Amino acid sequence: MSYNKPLPKLDPLTTPFWEHARRNILALQTCRACNDAHLPPSPVCPKCLSTDQDWKPASGRGVLEAYAEFHRAYWPGFNDDIPYSSAIVRLEEGPLMATNLVGDTTNARVGKAVEVIFDIVSPELALPKFRLASDD
Amino acid sequence: MRSVSIIGTGMMRFMKRDTVNMVDFAWPIVKAAIVEAGVDPKSIGAAYCGSAASGSMPGQRVLKRLGLTGIPISNVEGACSSSAIALRHASLAVATGECDVALAFGVDQLNLSGKTLVHGTEDWDFAYGLAMPGLYAMRAQRYMYEYGVTIEQLTKIAVKSKKYGALNPWAHFQQEVTAEQVMNARMVADPFTVLHCCPRSDGASAVVVCASDIAHRYSSKPVKIVSSVQRSGKMMTGFRDMTMPESTQRAARILYEQSGLGPEDIDVCEVHDAFTVNELLYSDALGFSKPGEAVKLLEDGDFDIGGRIPLNITGGLVSRGHPIGPTGIAQVVEMTHQLQGRAGKRQVEGAKLAMTHVTGGGVAGLDHGAVTIHILGV
Ligand SMILES: [Zn+2]
Repeated sequence: MSYNKPLPKLDPLTTPFWEHARRNILALQTCRACNDAHLPPSPVCPKCLSTDQDWKPASGRGVLEAYAEFHRAYWPGFNDDIPYSSAIVRLEEGPLMATNLVGDTTNARVGKAVEVIFDIVSPELALPKFRLASDD
Repeated sequence: MRSVSIIGTGMMRFMKRDTVNMVDFAWPIVKAAIVEAGVDPKSIGAAYCGSAASGSMPGQRVLKRLGLTGIPISNVEGACSSSAIALRHASLAVATGECDVALAFGVDQLNLSGKTLVHGTEDWDFAYGLAMPGLYAMRAQRYMYEYGVTIEQLTKIAVKSKKYGALNPWAHFQQEVTAEQVMNARMVADPFTVLHCCPRSDGASAVVVCASDIAHRYSSKPVKIVSSVQRSGKMMTGFRDMTMPESTQRAARILYEQSGLGPEDIDVCEVHDAFTVNELLYSDALGFSKPGEAVKLLEDGDFDIGGRIPLNITGGLVSRGHPIGPTGIAQVVEMTHQLQGRAGKRQVEGAKLAMTHVTGGGVAGLDHGAVTIHILGV
């Protein structure tokens, strides 16, 4: 069956994020002038307004800032996933990322350590998702 | 700047209204506000229409039914804050002396425009199936974790909301519910069952404002716009505290500074409760409680009529409904009636100062797209 969930639209600003993700790397736009790591990407650094921006691999680790189970699908593609989990992950580098928590979520609690995995949804696209860290 | 007062109000029950065109249900509400104000329609110098999902120039489309054309008509889009921003601009037009009388109204028809609750976030979130109820469910989860708030306590907010909605003829949902009914209702996003979420409604709301020094010509009980603050969310691409709505806290600080008032001076308040947990988030952000302590006010009955700060005693968005565009002015109409002593079973005795608070939308990286707060007084 073909993938029928909404897909992120790629533009010049976000393409590097998804190109890294395709290679199973979670990358953050990072300012060469002030070293601020930010998400979502921006044409200028939100801290110092520098346009000199780089992409750096993140550790892929973080903690569950918040976590909630969805019991209603707002897009038909999610009908078969109900209930599915949404999560806000606080990345080690600082930014918060909206994502899904996958795998065994029985022990999921706010504050738990999580690590990134990549859900390959098409030859061009892998969605970074998170699971409870194995060493936690 | 001149002082500005509200002299006329128009309001209707928010509900599913998908069998008539929004223009046809909106113009009588605008007319009602003008008739209540008792102004000659020709004296209205400017009109502002707040709408988020009604296409191009809803203001012109509604006002042509009343022959109110030729004047400057500005259409304001600020998601859920749309009509609150429209009111702010109508007030500014009077305050600056551009005109003596101005009209502000809100209109939207979500059930026909086919929009669900405005998601407003960027497509990254959609890829993860993240809709607005889920984002607020996560805020609730974080708040519960941070401050030890329980599902039973959140449920009390829903019960309170429905209790007051049952007293409000304008409410979409006019039925009391028990805690059991709230807990056993259809789950949307944990911890929210459907009774924690505002319904999708259609409707219109309107007010007429004029310079305070001529307000008594028209109204025996004009309500003054004591203070008005509008802000946008700050882009925050690093860490942010999910339990503290930054833009509301920042706007409130400015509001108190410019009015010389404090949260302890407010007698009754409407906050943007698209979901039950918002009452706690915004009570903290507006300074009615210290961070994390709003639930104490809830438990002590301080958010009820007769309590310290009656909060959303109209039923709020959760019961009155949330048609997006008209929501901000609906809050203002309700609070105007409170201050005029005409709120019926929902009346807070002796209310002199009322606050309305509405945020607007979500843009990825921002706390909220917009926030608008008004203090009204008699
Ligand atoms: Zn920088």
